[in-house]
Amino acid sequence: MNLSVDFLGVNMKNPITTASGTFGSGMEFNEYTDISKLGAVTTKGVAVEPWEGNCVPRVCETPSGMLNAIGLQNPGADVFIKRDLEFLKQFDTNIIVNICGHSEEEYLACIDKMNDTDADIFEINISCPNVKSGGIAFGTDPKMVEHITNIIKQRSKKPIIMKLSPNVTDIKVMAKAAEAGGADAISLINTITGMKIDIHKRSFALANKTGGLSGPAIRPVAVRMVYEASSAVSIPVLGMGGIRTAEDAIEMMMAGATMVAVGTANFNNPIVTSEIIDGIKRFMEEQGISDIKDIIGIV
Amino acid sequence: MSTNVNRKPILFGKVVSQREISEDIYDLTLDISGYADLIQTIQPGQFASLYTDDSSMLLPRPISICDISKDEGLIRFVYRKVGGGTGLFSNLKPGDSLKMIAPLGNGYEVLDKINLKDKNCLAIGGGIGIPPMLLLSKVLSQAEANVTAVLGYRTDDLFLSEDFKPYAELLISTDDGKAGVKGTVIDAITASGVKADMIFACGPMPMLRGVKVYAEKESIEAYVSLEEHMACGIGACLGCICKTVEVDSHSHVKNARICKDGPVFNAKDIEI
Repeated sequence: MNLSVDFLGVNMKNPITTASGTFGSGMEFNEYTDISKLGAVTTKGVAVEPWEGNCVPRVCETPSGMLNAIGLQNPGADVFIKRDLEFLKQFDTNIIVNICGHSEEEYLACIDKMNDTDADIFEINISCPNVKSGGIAFGTDPKMVEHITNIIKQRSKKPIIMKLSPNVTDIKVMAKAAEAGGADAISLINTITGMKIDIHKRSFALANKTGGLSGPAIRPVAVRMVYEASSAVSIPVLGMGGIRTAEDAIEMMMAGATMVAVGTANFNNPIVTSEIIDGIKRFMEEQGISDIKDIIGIV
Repeated sequence: MSTNVNRKPILFGKVVSQREISEDIYDLTLDISGYADLIQTIQPGQFASLYTDDSSMLLPRPISICDISKDEGLIRFVYRKVGGGTGLFSNLKPGDSLKMIAPLGNGYEVLDKINLKDKNCLAIGGGIGIPPMLLLSKVLSQAEANVTAVLGYRTDDLFLSEDFKPYAELLISTDDGKAGVKGTVIDAITASGVKADMIFACGPMPMLRGVKVYAEKESIEAYVSLEEHMACGIGACLGCICKTVEVDSHSHVKNARICKDGPVFNAKDIEI
Protein backbone atom coordinates (compact mmCIF):
# COMPACT_ATOMS: atom_id res chain seq x y z
CA MET A 1 0.00 0.00 0.00
CA ASN A 2 1.47 3.34 -1.04
CA LEU A 3 0.46 6.49 0.81
CA SER A 4 3.23 8.64 -0.57
CA VAL A 5 2.72 11.44 -3.03
CA ASP A 6 5.11 13.55 -5.01
CA PHE A 7 4.29 17.18 -4.40
CA LEU A 8 6.34 19.73 -6.34
CA GLY A 9 9.28 17.35 -6.53
CA VAL A 10 9.20 16.68 -2.79
CA ASN A 11 8.44 13.15 -1.65
CA MET A 12 5.69 13.21 0.99
CA LYS A 13 5.33 9.98 2.97
CA ASN A 14 1.59 10.64 3.03
CA PRO A 15 -0.66 13.41 1.72
CA ILE A 16 -1.37 14.99 5.12
CA THR A 17 0.00 18.31 6.30
CA THR A 18 -1.21 20.97 8.72
CA ALA A 19 -3.06 24.17 7.86
CA SER A 20 -1.00 27.27 8.48
CA GLY A 21 -1.71 28.99 11.77
CA THR A 22 -3.32 26.03 13.49
CA PHE A 23 -0.17 24.14 14.38
CA GLY A 24 2.48 26.77 15.17
CA SER A 25 5.71 25.17 14.02
CA GLY A 26 4.74 21.85 15.54
CA MET A 27 6.59 22.39 18.82
CA GLU A 28 3.51 22.34 21.04
CA PHE A 29 1.65 19.61 19.17
CA ASN A 30 4.72 17.37 19.18
CA GLU A 31 4.16 17.04 22.92
CA TYR A 32 1.00 15.08 22.07
CA THR A 33 1.63 13.49 18.66
CA ASP A 34 4.67 12.56 16.60
CA ILE A 35 5.01 15.24 13.95
CA SER A 36 7.39 12.97 12.02
CA LYS A 37 4.32 11.01 11.00
CA LEU A 38 3.10 13.90 8.83
CA GLY A 39 3.82 14.23 5.14
CA ALA A 40 4.75 17.81 5.89
CA VAL A 41 4.34 20.46 8.55
CA THR A 42 3.02 23.77 7.25
CA THR A 43 4.13 26.51 9.60
CA LYS A 44 2.26 29.51 10.88
CA GLY A 45 2.76 32.51 8.60
CA VAL A 46 6.05 34.33 8.98
CA ALA A 47 6.94 37.82 7.79
CA VAL A 48 10.29 39.50 7.38
CA GLU A 49 9.79 41.51 10.61
CA PRO A 50 7.82 40.61 13.77
CA TRP A 51 4.07 41.32 13.67
CA GLU A 52 2.04 42.05 16.79
CA GLY A 53 -1.28 40.75 15.52
CA ASN A 54 -4.73 41.90 16.64
CA CYS A 55 -6.24 42.65 20.05
CA VAL A 56 -8.11 39.99 22.02
CA PRO A 57 -10.62 38.42 21.82
CA ARG A 58 -9.04 36.81 18.79
CA VAL A 59 -11.07 33.61 18.66
CA CYS A 60 -14.62 32.44 19.26
CA GLU A 61 -16.56 29.28 18.63
CA THR A 62 -19.38 29.02 16.10
CA PRO A 63 -21.54 26.02 15.15
CA SER A 64 -19.18 23.29 13.86
CA GLY A 65 -16.47 25.89 13.49
CA MET A 66 -14.78 28.95 14.84
CA LEU A 67 -13.84 32.47 13.91
CA ASN A 68 -10.32 33.75 14.32
CA ALA A 69 -8.68 37.11 13.84
CA ILE A 70 -5.17 36.50 15.13
CA GLY A 71 -3.77 39.00 12.64
CA LEU A 72 -0.72 36.95 11.66
CA GLN A 73 1.23 37.56 14.85
CA ASN A 74 4.70 36.19 14.25
CA PRO A 75 8.21 36.69 15.61
CA GLY A 76 9.75 37.62 12.27
CA ALA A 77 11.97 35.70 9.87
CA ASP A 78 15.22 35.81 11.85
CA VAL A 79 13.79 34.27 15.02
CA PHE A 80 11.76 31.83 12.93
CA ILE A 81 14.84 30.58 11.10
CA LYS A 82 16.89 30.17 14.27
CA ARG A 83 14.20 28.67 16.45
CA ASP A 84 11.35 27.16 14.42
CA LEU A 85 13.25 25.82 11.44
CA GLU A 86 16.04 24.49 13.67
CA PHE A 87 13.38 22.64 15.62
CA LEU A 88 11.55 21.30 12.58
CA LYS A 89 14.60 20.04 10.71
CA GLN A 90 15.23 17.45 13.42
CA PHE A 91 12.15 15.56 12.27
CA ASP A 92 11.60 13.17 9.43
CA THR A 93 8.99 15.34 7.75
CA ASN A 94 8.95 18.03 5.08
CA ILE A 95 8.68 21.72 5.86
CA ILE A 96 6.27 24.06 4.12
CA VAL A 97 6.95 27.62 5.28
CA ASN A 98 3.96 29.94 5.04
CA ILE A 99 5.01 33.47 4.13
CA CYS A 100 3.05 36.68 4.62
CA GLY A 101 3.68 40.35 3.95
CA HIS A 102 2.05 43.77 3.85
CA SER A 103 3.60 44.67 0.51
CA GLU A 104 5.42 43.15 -2.45
CA GLU A 105 8.72 44.26 -0.92
CA GLU A 106 7.96 42.50 2.35
CA TYR A 107 7.05 39.23 0.64
CA LEU A 108 10.25 39.36 -1.39
CA ALA A 109 12.40 40.26 1.61
CA CYS A 110 11.00 37.28 3.48
CA ILE A 111 11.57 34.98 0.49
CA ASP A 112 15.19 36.18 0.37
CA LYS A 113 15.65 35.23 4.03
CA MET A 114 14.04 31.82 3.61
CA ASN A 115 15.68 30.86 0.30
CA ASP A 116 18.78 29.33 1.86
CA THR A 117 17.08 27.55 4.75
CA ASP A 118 15.90 23.97 5.14
CA ALA A 119 12.38 24.86 4.02
CA ASP A 120 11.22 22.50 1.26
CA ILE A 121 8.37 24.55 -0.15
CA PHE A 122 6.93 28.05 0.38
CA GLU A 123 3.24 28.66 0.75
CA ILE A 124 2.42 32.30 0.01
CA ASN A 125 -0.46 33.73 2.01
CA ILE A 126 -2.32 36.15 -0.24
CA SER A 127 -5.61 35.44 1.44
CA CYS A 128 -5.56 36.34 5.13
CA PRO A 129 -8.82 38.15 5.89
CA ASN A 130 -7.55 39.62 9.17
CA VAL A 131 -4.84 42.07 8.18
CA LYS A 132 -5.39 45.52 6.73
CA SER A 133 -2.85 45.44 3.95
CA GLY A 134 -1.34 42.52 2.10
CA GLY A 135 -3.15 39.24 2.65
CA ILE A 136 -6.57 39.20 1.11
CA ALA A 137 -6.03 42.56 -0.61
CA PHE A 138 -3.66 40.73 -2.96
CA GLY A 139 -5.70 37.57 -3.19
CA THR A 140 -9.02 38.82 -4.50
CA ASP A 141 -7.86 40.57 -7.68
CA PRO A 142 -6.75 38.17 -10.44
CA LYS A 143 -4.30 40.66 -11.96
CA MET A 144 -2.68 41.15 -8.59
CA VAL A 145 -2.60 37.38 -7.95
CA GLU A 146 -0.79 36.81 -11.23
CA HIS A 147 1.59 39.70 -10.62
CA ILE A 148 2.56 38.78 -7.07
CA THR A 149 2.90 35.13 -8.01
CA ASN A 150 5.18 36.10 -10.85
CA ILE A 151 7.55 38.28 -8.83
CA ILE A 152 7.74 35.74 -6.00
CA LYS A 153 8.32 32.85 -8.40
CA GLN A 154 11.22 34.74 -9.99
CA ARG A 155 12.80 35.37 -6.62
CA SER A 156 12.17 32.02 -4.95
CA LYS A 157 14.66 29.17 -4.93
CA LYS A 158 11.96 26.78 -3.70
CA PRO A 159 8.67 25.67 -5.22
CA ILE A 160 5.80 28.01 -4.34
CA ILE A 161 2.19 27.34 -3.43
CA MET A 162 -0.17 30.30 -3.70
CA LYS A 163 -2.81 30.14 -0.95
CA LEU A 164 -6.10 31.36 -2.30
CA SER A 165 -9.04 33.06 -0.64
CA PRO A 166 -12.57 31.67 -0.89
CA ASN A 167 -13.92 35.21 -0.55
CA VAL A 168 -14.18 35.63 -4.33
CA THR A 169 -16.92 35.25 -6.91
CA ASP A 170 -15.12 32.71 -9.08
CA ILE A 171 -12.29 30.64 -7.63
CA LYS A 172 -11.39 29.30 -11.09
CA VAL A 173 -10.31 32.77 -12.18
CA MET A 174 -7.98 33.09 -9.19
CA ALA A 175 -6.57 29.58 -9.68
CA LYS A 176 -5.82 30.34 -13.34
CA ALA A 177 -4.24 33.67 -12.40
CA ALA A 178 -1.87 31.92 -9.99
CA GLU A 179 -1.01 29.33 -12.61
CA ALA A 180 -0.40 32.04 -15.21
CA GLY A 181 1.91 33.81 -12.75
CA GLY A 182 4.02 30.67 -12.48
CA ALA A 183 2.75 29.09 -9.27
CA ASP A 184 3.93 25.52 -8.75
CA ALA A 185 0.73 24.72 -6.85
CA ILE A 186 -2.26 26.36 -5.23
CA SER A 187 -3.72 25.77 -1.79
CA LEU A 188 -7.29 26.45 -0.76
CA ILE A 189 -9.39 27.39 0.98
CA ASN A 190 -8.27 29.98 3.47
CA THR A 191 -10.97 31.01 5.93
CA ILE A 192 -14.28 32.56 4.94
CA THR A 193 -14.88 36.03 6.37
CA GLY A 194 -17.50 35.93 9.09
CA MET A 195 -18.84 37.77 12.10
CA LYS A 196 -20.34 36.91 15.46
CA ILE A 197 -22.17 39.29 17.76
CA ASP A 198 -22.44 38.78 21.50
CA ILE A 199 -26.08 39.74 22.01
CA HIS A 200 -25.66 40.13 25.77
CA LYS A 201 -22.78 42.56 25.39
CA ARG A 202 -24.37 44.07 22.26
CA SER A 203 -20.97 44.01 20.67
CA PHE A 204 -18.72 42.00 18.40
CA ALA A 205 -17.40 38.68 19.69
CA LEU A 206 -13.97 39.45 18.19
CA ALA A 207 -11.99 42.63 18.77
CA ASN A 208 -11.37 42.76 15.02
CA LYS A 209 -15.17 42.66 14.41
CA THR A 210 -14.75 40.17 11.57
CA GLY A 211 -12.78 36.95 11.55
CA GLY A 212 -12.05 33.95 9.39
CA LEU A 213 -14.50 31.06 9.65
CA SER A 214 -12.95 27.60 9.73
CA GLY A 215 -13.86 24.09 10.80
CA PRO A 216 -16.29 21.45 9.48
CA ALA A 217 -18.87 24.20 8.84
CA ILE A 218 -16.92 25.29 5.76
CA ARG A 219 -15.97 21.86 4.42
CA PRO A 220 -18.60 21.58 1.66
CA VAL A 221 -17.56 25.01 0.38
CA ALA A 222 -13.93 23.89 0.41
CA VAL A 223 -14.68 20.64 -1.41
CA ARG A 224 -16.60 22.52 -4.10
CA MET A 225 -13.83 25.08 -4.55
CA VAL A 226 -11.05 22.46 -4.63
CA TYR A 227 -13.03 20.61 -7.28
CA GLU A 228 -13.55 23.76 -9.36
CA ALA A 229 -9.98 25.01 -9.00
CA SER A 230 -8.32 21.67 -9.68
CA SER A 231 -10.48 21.26 -12.77
CA ALA A 232 -9.42 24.70 -14.02
CA VAL A 233 -5.64 24.32 -13.71
CA SER A 234 -3.00 21.70 -14.37
CA ILE A 235 -0.85 22.46 -11.32
CA PRO A 236 -1.46 20.40 -8.16
CA VAL A 237 -3.78 21.49 -5.37
CA LEU A 238 -3.31 21.38 -1.61
CA GLY A 239 -6.85 21.13 -0.28
CA MET A 240 -8.03 22.31 3.11
CA GLY A 241 -11.10 23.56 4.92
CA GLY A 242 -12.84 21.70 7.73
CA ILE A 243 -10.95 18.41 7.44
CA ARG A 244 -11.52 16.43 10.61
CA THR A 245 -11.53 12.75 9.68
CA ALA A 246 -9.86 10.38 7.24
CA GLU A 247 -13.11 10.30 5.26
CA ASP A 248 -12.99 14.10 4.94
CA ALA A 249 -9.40 13.93 3.67
CA ILE A 250 -10.29 11.25 1.14
CA GLU A 251 -13.26 13.31 -0.05
CA MET A 252 -10.93 16.28 -0.58
CA MET A 253 -8.51 14.14 -2.58
CA MET A 254 -11.32 12.76 -4.69
CA ALA A 255 -12.33 16.38 -5.38
CA GLY A 256 -8.87 16.96 -6.81
CA ALA A 257 -6.40 17.63 -4.00
CA THR A 258 -2.97 16.00 -4.14
CA MET A 259 -2.33 16.88 -0.51
CA VAL A 260 -4.69 17.76 2.31
CA ALA A 261 -4.14 20.07 5.27
CA VAL A 262 -5.74 19.62 8.68
CA GLY A 263 -6.43 22.83 10.56
CA THR A 264 -9.08 23.64 13.13
CA ALA A 265 -9.56 19.96 13.96
CA ASN A 266 -6.19 20.08 15.75
CA PHE A 267 -7.86 22.23 18.41
CA ASN A 268 -10.56 19.65 18.93
CA ASN A 269 -8.11 16.78 19.17
CA PRO A 270 -4.33 17.32 19.36
CA ILE A 271 -3.62 13.88 17.87
CA VAL A 272 -6.12 14.16 15.02
CA THR A 273 -3.49 14.28 12.25
CA SER A 274 -2.14 10.90 13.31
CA GLU A 275 -5.65 9.44 13.50
CA ILE A 276 -6.44 10.73 10.00
CA ILE A 277 -3.31 9.11 8.53
CA ASP A 278 -4.21 5.78 10.20
CA GLY A 279 -7.79 6.14 8.97
CA ILE A 280 -6.65 6.67 5.38
CA LYS A 281 -4.64 3.44 5.58
CA ARG A 282 -7.70 1.58 6.88
CA PHE A 283 -9.88 3.01 4.10
CA MET A 284 -7.34 1.95 1.48
CA GLU A 285 -7.25 -1.56 2.89
CA GLU A 286 -11.04 -1.83 2.99
CA GLN A 287 -11.42 -0.45 -0.52
CA GLY A 288 -8.49 -2.32 -2.01
CA ILE A 289 -6.69 0.87 -2.99
CA SER A 290 -3.00 0.14 -3.48
CA ASP A 291 -1.85 3.68 -4.25
CA ILE A 292 -3.39 6.80 -2.75
CA LYS A 293 -2.56 8.70 -5.94
CA ASP A 294 -5.22 6.66 -7.70
CA ILE A 295 -8.03 8.53 -5.96
CA ILE A 296 -6.84 12.09 -6.68
CA GLY A 297 -9.54 13.86 -8.66
CA ILE A 298 -11.32 10.58 -9.29
CA VAL A 299 -14.75 12.22 -9.39
CA MET B 1 14.32 12.56 18.31
CA SER B 2 10.87 11.85 17.08
CA THR B 3 10.29 8.54 18.76
CA ASN B 4 11.93 8.96 22.16
CA VAL B 5 9.70 11.71 23.48
CA ASN B 6 7.46 11.03 26.44
CA ARG B 7 4.21 12.26 24.98
CA LYS B 8 1.49 13.84 27.03
CA PRO B 9 -1.70 11.80 27.21
CA ILE B 10 -5.25 12.69 26.33
CA LEU B 11 -7.03 11.90 29.56
CA PHE B 12 -10.37 10.26 30.06
CA GLY B 13 -11.68 11.10 33.51
CA LYS B 14 -14.53 9.15 35.08
CA VAL B 15 -17.10 11.24 36.87
CA VAL B 16 -17.20 10.46 40.60
CA SER B 17 -19.68 13.12 41.60
CA GLN B 18 -21.27 16.32 40.43
CA ARG B 19 -23.64 18.75 42.10
CA GLU B 20 -24.87 22.28 41.60
CA ILE B 21 -23.50 24.18 44.61
CA SER B 22 -24.93 27.56 43.65
CA GLU B 23 -27.00 28.91 40.79
CA ASP B 24 -25.23 27.68 37.63
CA ILE B 25 -22.09 26.79 39.62
CA TYR B 26 -21.19 23.10 39.40
CA ASP B 27 -18.78 21.05 41.49
CA LEU B 28 -17.41 18.15 39.43
CA THR B 29 -14.99 15.49 40.67
CA LEU B 30 -13.37 13.05 38.26
CA ASP B 31 -11.26 9.95 38.79
CA ILE B 32 -8.00 10.19 36.83
CA SER B 33 -6.14 7.65 38.98
CA GLY B 34 -4.92 5.93 35.82
CA TYR B 35 -2.57 8.88 35.28
CA ALA B 36 -0.77 8.75 38.62
CA ASP B 37 2.51 10.33 37.45
CA LEU B 38 0.67 13.19 35.84
CA ILE B 39 -1.38 14.00 38.95
CA GLN B 40 1.84 14.42 40.93
CA THR B 41 2.89 17.26 38.62
CA ILE B 42 -0.26 19.41 38.98
CA GLN B 43 0.38 22.85 40.46
CA PRO B 44 -2.09 25.40 41.80
CA GLY B 45 -3.14 27.80 39.06
CA GLN B 46 -2.93 25.30 36.22
CA PHE B 47 -5.97 24.44 34.16
CA ALA B 48 -7.48 21.67 32.06
CA SER B 49 -9.01 21.76 28.59
CA LEU B 50 -12.26 19.82 28.66
CA TYR B 51 -13.77 18.53 25.42
CA THR B 52 -17.49 18.12 24.86
CA ASP B 53 -18.85 15.04 23.11
CA ASP B 54 -20.88 17.24 20.77
CA SER B 55 -19.06 17.37 17.44
CA SER B 56 -20.54 20.80 16.64
CA MET B 57 -18.59 22.31 19.55
CA LEU B 58 -15.00 22.10 18.46
CA LEU B 59 -13.05 24.02 21.01
CA PRO B 60 -12.06 22.70 24.41
CA ARG B 61 -13.28 24.60 27.47
CA PRO B 62 -10.44 25.83 29.67
CA ILE B 63 -11.40 25.22 33.31
CA SER B 64 -9.19 25.94 36.32
CA ILE B 65 -8.22 23.10 38.62
CA CYS B 66 -9.97 23.61 41.96
CA ASP B 67 -8.47 20.73 43.88
CA ILE B 68 -6.71 17.40 43.50
CA SER B 69 -6.29 14.34 45.64
CA LYS B 70 -2.93 12.82 44.81
CA ASP B 71 -3.66 9.73 46.93
CA GLU B 72 -7.07 8.98 45.47
CA GLY B 73 -6.31 10.17 41.93
CA LEU B 74 -9.11 12.72 41.88
CA ILE B 75 -9.35 16.07 40.14
CA ARG B 76 -12.02 18.62 40.98
CA PHE B 77 -13.42 21.42 38.87
CA VAL B 78 -15.84 24.08 40.07
CA TYR B 79 -17.16 25.91 37.02
CA ARG B 80 -19.96 28.17 35.92
CA LYS B 81 -22.47 27.01 33.33
CA VAL B 82 -22.26 29.80 30.76
CA GLY B 83 -23.23 28.19 27.47
CA GLY B 84 -23.71 25.04 25.47
CA GLY B 85 -20.40 23.38 26.31
CA THR B 86 -20.47 23.88 30.06
CA GLY B 87 -24.18 23.05 29.85
CA LEU B 88 -23.22 19.60 28.56
CA PHE B 89 -20.66 19.18 31.34
CA SER B 90 -23.34 20.06 33.88
CA ASN B 91 -25.37 17.04 32.73
CA LEU B 92 -22.55 14.58 33.46
CA LYS B 93 -23.46 11.82 35.91
CA PRO B 94 -21.28 9.50 38.01
CA GLY B 95 -19.66 6.92 35.76
CA ASP B 96 -19.69 9.17 32.68
CA SER B 97 -16.42 9.79 30.89
CA LEU B 98 -14.93 13.20 30.11
CA LYS B 99 -12.08 13.80 27.67
CA MET B 100 -9.46 16.39 28.59
CA ILE B 101 -5.85 17.46 28.44
CA ALA B 102 -4.27 18.53 31.71
CA PRO B 103 -2.47 20.03 33.45
CA LEU B 104 -1.93 23.02 31.16
CA GLY B 105 -0.07 26.29 31.53
CA ASN B 106 2.15 27.64 34.23
CA GLY B 107 0.54 27.86 37.64
CA TYR B 108 1.88 29.63 40.71
CA GLU B 109 5.37 28.30 40.00
CA VAL B 110 6.90 30.69 42.50
CA LEU B 111 5.69 28.32 45.23
CA ASP B 112 8.51 25.92 44.33
CA LYS B 113 11.15 28.61 44.43
CA ILE B 114 10.77 30.23 47.83
CA ASN B 115 10.48 29.25 51.46
CA LEU B 116 6.86 29.94 52.32
CA LYS B 117 7.08 29.13 56.01
CA ASP B 118 5.44 31.89 58.07
CA LYS B 119 4.97 34.08 54.98
CA ASN B 120 1.75 36.06 55.08
CA CYS B 121 -0.07 35.17 51.88
CA LEU B 122 -3.30 36.52 50.45
CA ALA B 123 -5.20 34.16 48.16
CA ILE B 124 -7.67 36.47 46.42
CA GLY B 125 -10.50 35.02 44.37
CA GLY B 126 -13.42 36.76 42.73
CA GLY B 127 -16.51 34.95 41.45
CA ILE B 128 -15.58 31.97 39.33
CA GLY B 129 -11.93 32.87 40.07
CA ILE B 130 -12.46 31.51 43.59
CA PRO B 131 -12.10 27.75 42.83
CA PRO B 132 -8.37 27.69 41.90
CA MET B 133 -7.61 29.55 45.13
CA LEU B 134 -8.64 26.43 47.04
CA LEU B 135 -5.78 24.22 45.80
CA LEU B 136 -3.45 27.18 46.20
CA SER B 137 -4.54 27.73 49.82
CA LYS B 138 -4.07 24.05 50.54
CA VAL B 139 -0.54 24.03 49.13
CA LEU B 140 0.38 27.27 50.92
CA SER B 141 -0.99 25.87 54.15
CA GLN B 142 1.02 22.65 53.74
CA ALA B 143 4.11 24.83 53.30
CA GLU B 144 3.25 26.45 56.66
CA ALA B 145 2.46 29.86 55.20
CA ASN B 146 -0.12 32.05 56.97
CA VAL B 147 -2.94 32.08 54.45
CA THR B 148 -5.78 34.55 54.25
CA ALA B 149 -8.33 33.73 51.56
CA VAL B 150 -10.05 36.88 50.34
CA LEU B 151 -13.17 35.85 48.47
CA GLY B 152 -15.34 38.24 46.51
CA TYR B 153 -18.97 37.32 45.77
CA ARG B 154 -21.98 39.06 44.24
CA THR B 155 -24.19 38.29 47.23
CA ASP B 156 -24.39 36.06 50.30
CA ASP B 157 -24.38 32.77 48.40
CA LEU B 158 -20.83 31.99 49.51
CA PHE B 159 -20.15 28.89 47.45
CA LEU B 160 -16.99 26.94 48.29
CA SER B 161 -16.08 29.24 51.21
CA GLU B 162 -16.44 26.44 53.79
CA ASP B 163 -13.85 24.38 51.90
CA PHE B 164 -11.20 27.03 52.57
CA LYS B 165 -11.54 26.89 56.36
CA PRO B 166 -9.03 24.07 57.01
CA TYR B 167 -6.33 26.04 55.20
CA ALA B 168 -7.01 29.75 55.53
CA GLU B 169 -8.46 32.63 57.48
CA LEU B 170 -11.39 34.02 55.51
CA LEU B 171 -12.19 37.54 54.40
CA ILE B 172 -15.39 38.01 52.42
CA SER B 173 -16.58 40.86 50.26
CA THR B 174 -19.92 41.08 48.47
CA ASP B 175 -21.23 43.48 45.87
CA ASP B 176 -24.48 43.98 47.76
CA GLY B 177 -23.08 43.89 51.30
CA LYS B 178 -25.24 40.92 52.37
CA ALA B 179 -22.14 39.15 53.69
CA GLY B 180 -18.70 40.39 54.71
CA VAL B 181 -17.56 43.80 53.60
CA LYS B 182 -19.71 45.61 51.04
CA GLY B 183 -17.48 46.38 48.08
CA THR B 184 -14.43 44.80 46.49
CA VAL B 185 -11.85 42.32 47.72
CA ILE B 186 -9.46 45.26 48.16
CA ASP B 187 -12.07 46.96 50.39
CA ALA B 188 -12.16 43.78 52.49
CA ILE B 189 -8.37 43.70 52.76
CA THR B 190 -8.17 47.36 53.70
CA ALA B 191 -10.96 47.06 56.27
CA SER B 192 -9.28 44.09 57.95
CA GLY B 193 -5.85 45.67 58.13
CA VAL B 194 -4.28 42.33 57.16
CA LYS B 195 -0.65 42.62 56.08
CA ALA B 196 0.74 40.49 53.29
CA ASP B 197 4.14 39.43 52.00
CA MET B 198 2.72 37.88 48.84
CA ILE B 199 -0.51 38.04 46.87
CA PHE B 200 -2.05 35.44 44.59
CA ALA B 201 -5.20 36.30 42.67
CA CYS B 202 -7.71 34.99 40.16
CA GLY B 203 -10.90 36.69 39.10
CA PRO B 204 -12.48 39.16 36.71
CA MET B 205 -10.21 41.71 35.01
CA PRO B 206 -11.40 44.75 37.03
CA MET B 207 -10.51 42.86 40.21
CA LEU B 208 -7.10 41.89 38.88
CA ARG B 209 -6.39 45.48 37.90
CA GLY B 210 -7.34 46.53 41.44
CA VAL B 211 -5.04 43.86 42.88
CA LYS B 212 -2.16 45.00 40.66
CA VAL B 213 -2.60 48.63 41.75
CA TYR B 214 -2.88 47.66 45.43
CA ALA B 215 0.19 45.41 45.25
CA GLU B 216 2.27 48.11 43.59
CA LYS B 217 1.18 50.71 46.14
CA GLU B 218 2.00 48.38 49.05
CA SER B 219 5.13 46.97 47.36
CA ILE B 220 3.87 43.41 47.63
CA GLU B 221 4.84 40.73 45.12
CA ALA B 222 1.64 39.69 43.31
CA TYR B 223 0.82 36.81 40.98
CA VAL B 224 -2.38 36.98 38.97
CA SER B 225 -4.14 34.39 36.85
CA LEU B 226 -5.66 35.57 33.57
CA GLU B 227 -8.54 34.32 31.51
CA GLU B 228 -9.13 34.67 27.76
CA HIS B 229 -10.95 32.94 24.94
CA MET B 230 -8.73 30.07 23.85
CA ALA B 231 -8.63 27.72 20.88
CA CYS B 232 -5.81 25.17 21.07
CA GLY B 233 -5.04 25.62 24.79
CA ILE B 234 -1.41 24.52 24.32
CA GLY B 235 0.31 27.60 22.94
CA ALA B 236 0.20 26.98 19.19
CA CYS B 237 -2.62 29.14 17.83
CA LEU B 238 -1.86 32.49 19.54
CA GLY B 239 -5.57 33.01 20.18
CA CYS B 240 -5.13 34.06 23.82
CA ILE B 241 -2.50 36.67 24.45
CA CYS B 242 -1.73 39.25 27.06
CA LYS B 243 0.39 42.35 26.61
CA THR B 244 3.68 42.17 28.50
CA VAL B 245 5.94 44.97 29.70
CA GLU B 246 9.10 43.50 28.20
CA VAL B 247 9.62 41.67 24.92
CA ASP B 248 9.05 38.00 25.75
CA SER B 249 11.17 35.17 24.47
CA HIS B 250 8.41 33.46 22.50
CA SER B 251 6.45 36.09 20.59
CA HIS B 252 9.15 38.79 20.41
CA VAL B 253 6.29 41.31 20.24
CA LYS B 254 5.27 41.62 23.93
CA ASN B 255 2.43 39.12 23.56
CA ALA B 256 2.62 36.34 26.14
CA ARG B 257 0.43 33.31 25.54
CA ILE B 258 -2.04 33.04 28.41
CA CYS B 259 -2.54 29.30 27.92
CA LYS B 260 1.14 28.39 27.75
CA ASP B 261 3.26 31.18 29.31
CA GLY B 262 0.46 31.86 31.84
CA PRO B 263 -2.25 31.77 32.96
CA VAL B 264 -0.36 32.95 36.06
CA PHE B 265 1.89 35.97 35.64
CA ASN B 266 3.82 38.20 37.96
CA ALA B 267 1.57 41.28 37.99
CA LYS B 268 4.48 43.61 37.30
CA ASP B 269 5.29 41.79 34.04
CA ILE B 270 1.93 42.32 32.32
CA GLU B 271 -0.22 45.19 31.15
CA ILE B 272 -3.83 44.65 32.16
